[in-house]
Amino acid sequence: MSLLEFRDVTVDYASAEGPIPAVRGVTLLVERGEVLGIAGESGCGKSTLAATVLRLLPENAAIGGEMLLDDVDVLTMKWGKLRSVRWAEAAIVFQGALHALNPVQSIGDQIAEPIRLHKTAKDVDARVAQLLMQVGLPASRAKSYPHQLSGGQRQRVMIAMALACSPDLIVADEPTTALDVMVQAQVLDLLTGLVRDLGMGMVLISHDLGVLGTTCDRIAVMYAGQVVETGAALEIFDHPKHPYTKALAGAFPRVGDPAARYAPVGLPGDPPYPGDIPAGCAFHPRCPIAVDECTSASVALVDGVRCIRVGA
Amino acid sequence: MILSTRDLTVAFGPVRAVDGVDLDLGAGEILALVGESGCGKTTLARTLLGLEKPTAGTVSFEGRPLDYKRLKGYRRQVQLVLQDPLGALNPRHTVYDAVAEGLRIHRVPGDEQELVAQALSRAGLRPPERFFLRYPHELSGGQRQRVVIAGALVLEPRVLIADEPVSSLDASVRGEILSLLLRLRDELSLTVLVVTHDLGLAWNIADRVAVMYLGRIVECGPAADVLQSPEHPYTQALLSVVPDVGHTEQIVLSGEPPDPARIPSGCRFHPRCPVVMAECATTMLAVLSPDAGHHVACLRHR
Repeated sequence: MSLLEFRDVTVDYASAEGPIPAVRGVTLLVERGEVLGIAGESGCGKSTLAATVLRLLPENAAIGGEMLLDDVDVLTMKWGKLRSVRWAEAAIVFQGALHALNPVQSIGDQIAEPIRLHKTAKDVDARVAQLLMQVGLPASRAKSYPHQLSGGQRQRVMIAMALACSPDLIVADEPTTALDVMVQAQVLDLLTGLVRDLGMGMVLISHDLGVLGTTCDRIAVMYAGQVVETGAALEIFDHPKHPYTKALAGAFPRVGDPAARYAPVGLPGDPPYPGDIPAGCAFHPRCPIAVDECTSASVALVDGVRCIRVGA
Repeated sequence: MILSTRDLTVAFGPVRAVDGVDLDLGAGEILALVGESGCGKTTLARTLLGLEKPTAGTVSFEGRPLDYKRLKGYRRQVQLVLQDPLGALNPRHTVYDAVAEGLRIHRVPGDEQELVAQALSRAGLRPPERFFLRYPHELSGGQRQRVVIAGALVLEPRVLIADEPVSSLDASVRGEILSLLLRLRDELSLTVLVVTHDLGLAWNIADRVAVMYLGRIVECGPAADVLQSPEHPYTQALLSVVPDVGHTEQIVLSGEPPDPARIPSGCRFHPRCPVVMAECATTMLAVLSPDAGHHVACLRHR
């Protein structure tokens, strides 16, 4: 039994122009003690997918498929059950910790809130102190307010909150995007250490394939609401097959790679608007190796790659 | 030299954001100024633009120190490209107005429409007429950044100062904008100072790299030297944490850059340095030479 299983998950946002498909049939697995990376650019549906895990989407979102957390479908759960699952079984670390924290409440109180609600510890203060230490902050920091902390420290507080009720699964949505490289390295070390030590599962979402390559066991690359390539992290990072994954890997060059010197890699055009996804392979208008067939034939995910030009 | 600084210091009360910087920018050169947030790189860029006045030291353009009473002509020569194009563009101005604004402010003679079209097309928005009447919200992130660059190019500046020019853009689009900067340097022999925390970007386009820590440049030199054989322990640590699978050991520095209001004595990096020696806390280090060689501010490097 997998910790988390996406089965053909779809999300459509209702709009005046009709339904806008943000996620178009995603099937993925996350095991205990494993980090799954989801890579992609803005608008590819990765954050929508993350929010789907705990049904945190706005009311105009229609979700299809199944989302199994410990074999129970989150999408059909009653509200009471869902509330008990949030924080306690699965928790989310959002990007932009400054906006996700309450500016007028001490961080100790904010970390304590889920513990009090879910009654997971008797001595709440001791648990808060323990959590702060787990994320590398002194316990005395509980009295601080968010504005007194640096960006990296705030992100550590967000992680402490997510750990508060000892969930089995953590979903981290761009947890290091606003941080400097040095602080990013500290936060990523912390997250992967926790997964290893506590045996949790983690879904890590990022637009930076380098970040995912160094931290994840497996990676799924999304484009226009679909998974276009999935596989072992090192394999995807070192030998990307899908032309989109190749471009994404090239966007963050390796320092020292002679091929990248004075030769930044980009793709012409822009990611498609979810309300106006090209027919056939959604990537074909930007694809350097597209052929006529790509504009009409819908493409299935075969051996982890959604491209008729790969392996053909 | 197009643009140079000598002994440049910019202080805000007790905070010495820039604390002794000698820097030379040659014609047609791309220099990447790298460092973590709070290291003073943005203040240095703003001072080069004439937006901050030095507390001490000088900024010179083509060998003449800036006259802070008459900056208008200078501002035309040195243009800024900001990080977030959506914030840099007025949402109620069309692309045409956004690009023409500089021409109007500087009362540039000539056919306005032709100059705007030329700048848009240089920035890769072709055919330019198709973009004239569009508003920022109708454009993609990459197109918006091209409009900002066109707005800078229209005045035919000698220098472009780009503060994190691609950090708010999608991964697949960043390469296109970086290629554009390279092409502009080749076609117009534009000098470009790129302020960034992204060492991969520096590897992609920079001729020279200057690494800044707490208001000082601690290492500078040709990009290939600084990035492939870094000598300063801070540069070594920064490079070691760039996400990359083939890495050797990561050097993760604890804590965050200290407070620029209380710069440590001796070598300013010594409290976080993994190879610190006793004398590092007391021995003052000289300001690095601005020439094109590889220079390192470290007592271990002698």
